[in-house]
Amino acid sequence: MSEINHQISDFFYQTAQALSLIEQQQLPLLLQPTDWQTRYRSLMQLGKTLPAFSALQQVEQNLIAGCDSQAWLLHQQESSSGRHFWAFDSEARLIKGTVTVLLCQINGKTSAELSALPLRQLLTIPGLQQNLSPSRQNGLLAVLHKVALLADIDLIT
Amino acid sequence: MTFDVSAFRAEFAFFQQQPDWVYLDNAATMHKPAAVISAETEFYQKFNSNVHRGAHQLSQQATALFEQARDDIARILNAAHREEIIWCSGATAALNQLAAGLTGTVLQAGDRVLLTTLEHHANIVPWQFYAQQHGVILDVVPLTAAHRLDVVEFQRLLSLKPKVVSLSHVSNVLGHIQPIAELIQLAKAAGALTVIDGAQGIVHQLPDLQQLDCDFYVFSGHKIYGPTGVGVLYGRKHLLEQLKPLLYGGEMIRHVSFSETKLNHLPYRLEAGTPNIAGAIGLAAALRWLKQWDLPAIQQHKQQLLQHLWHGLAQMPAIELLSGKTGNAGIVAFNIHGEHPSDVAALLDQQQIAVRAGTHCAMPLFQAIGRSGAVRLSLAAYTQASDIDRTLAAIEQAVALLE
Repeated sequence: MSEINHQISDFFYQTAQALSLIEQQQLPLLLQPTDWQTRYRSLMQLGKTLPAFSALQQVEQNLIAGCDSQAWLLHQQESSSGRHFWAFDSEARLIKGTVTVLLCQINGKTSAELSALPLRQLLTIPGLQQNLSPSRQNGLLAVLHKVALLADIDLIT
Repeated sequence: MTFDVSAFRAEFAFFQQQPDWVYLDNAATMHKPAAVISAETEFYQKFNSNVHRGAHQLSQQATALFEQARDDIARILNAAHREEIIWCSGATAALNQLAAGLTGTVLQAGDRVLLTTLEHHANIVPWQFYAQQHGVILDVVPLTAAHRLDVVEFQRLLSLKPKVVSLSHVSNVLGHIQPIAELIQLAKAAGALTVIDGAQGIVHQLPDLQQLDCDFYVFSGHKIYGPTGVGVLYGRKHLLEQLKPLLYGGEMIRHVSFSETKLNHLPYRLEAGTPNIAGAIGLAAALRWLKQWDLPAIQQHKQQLLQHLWHGLAQMPAIELLSGKTGNAGIVAFNIHGEHPSDVAALLDQQQIAVRAGTHCAMPLFQAIGRSGAVRLSLAAYTQASDIDRTLAAIEQAVALLE
């Protein structure tokens, strides 16, 4: 049992490292105005450095309902600090990239810190929002709702 | 025979309003020519009244237009009787009416219904629901390796003596044309009633209903240049007489009291409530307008566009084609190797190429071919060669961005 926990913690630790790098290096470029090709390519590459999900993690209980493509959200709360750690995978690169943008801004935060953040806005990428299809928007909303549920915070509508 | 695609396009205000878009989502819905929009507009502006109430001349005029529309459909599609044309909200409603109306009467517990793996959910789910309620068994014709109906298996399943066989003319995902004329005869010989889902097929080929010899045929107006919210259920008169109505209420009754209610005669018995009057008028206008064009020339034009598309896609090793190149009505399903269809569609959307991605209301088909979805291009008569050029360039761009 403790071995499995250790594995999961390792996974979240590695994911957190990757998200941190993304936040420092790739996110600033992505948020700058540019042509759509560069923006989309950057967004679709964003999740590539994240540790891959195993079949053990791509299970039904981690599935986000209401998504065009299959998407899985993992969560672990560090008992000592109460900080929430996240990992996300999706078959669709745009979804994966967009949620990665969100996660690298919320990873490792406490519920109190998360409550203070404008979560919906953190999903916003200049030039992308207006082109999100209704079904993709629903999928992203579903992720936000699951984050709020797991972190036990209210999602301000 | 030549088809003047520019002249055809000129009839559609949509192309002036949205000049930058390449619209390849015609299997989802088609644009409307001026003749259809003006027919509906004229009704609302000049003749608007409820039908079948009869107290004033305005109502009589509206009724005349509405019933003329029914006559037009019956004539153009060669139904034997006008009462065989039932207005409904579309193919989905029509198929629900058939499943509800046949189950418990024609279909008893232990009886069988034969469907195919290529069917749209509208021609699966209603049968599933009513079959489950009444102990009716559903059989499904599998596909060949080329994703076509397995006709050998079709005949084998016919030997189980299904009471009803329901199949689509054209696959809304793959564009594959089923040989319905032969399949109908095989089904009849086995003693089955035949239902043809013409939702995609009707724009490919207007049916001659008597010649086709099916028992029921359904289609939606918005997939043949007509308005949304209207469609037709065609059925042989004696079979429609025996169909249990799905919807009850006004119009479909002759007399109502709390001790006894008598139902109306055909076609009204199957048309409860105020119909989509303007929609019916618009749909008839669409078919009348379409008949003015050289339909074989349109078919040839679409085949030429398809050839152009196949040629271009063949140059791209990253493309996996799901649709076959022959016997195709103008729909191409494909994937970019290793990529999710929604990503591809989003990149095409950025280049103003309108396509659809996903399972296209045909999950059993995708389960059978072992894919989680596909990008779908669906052509129309108003698609032009430059649209195909732009689409091919856009797909190449998508491939490059996904590398």
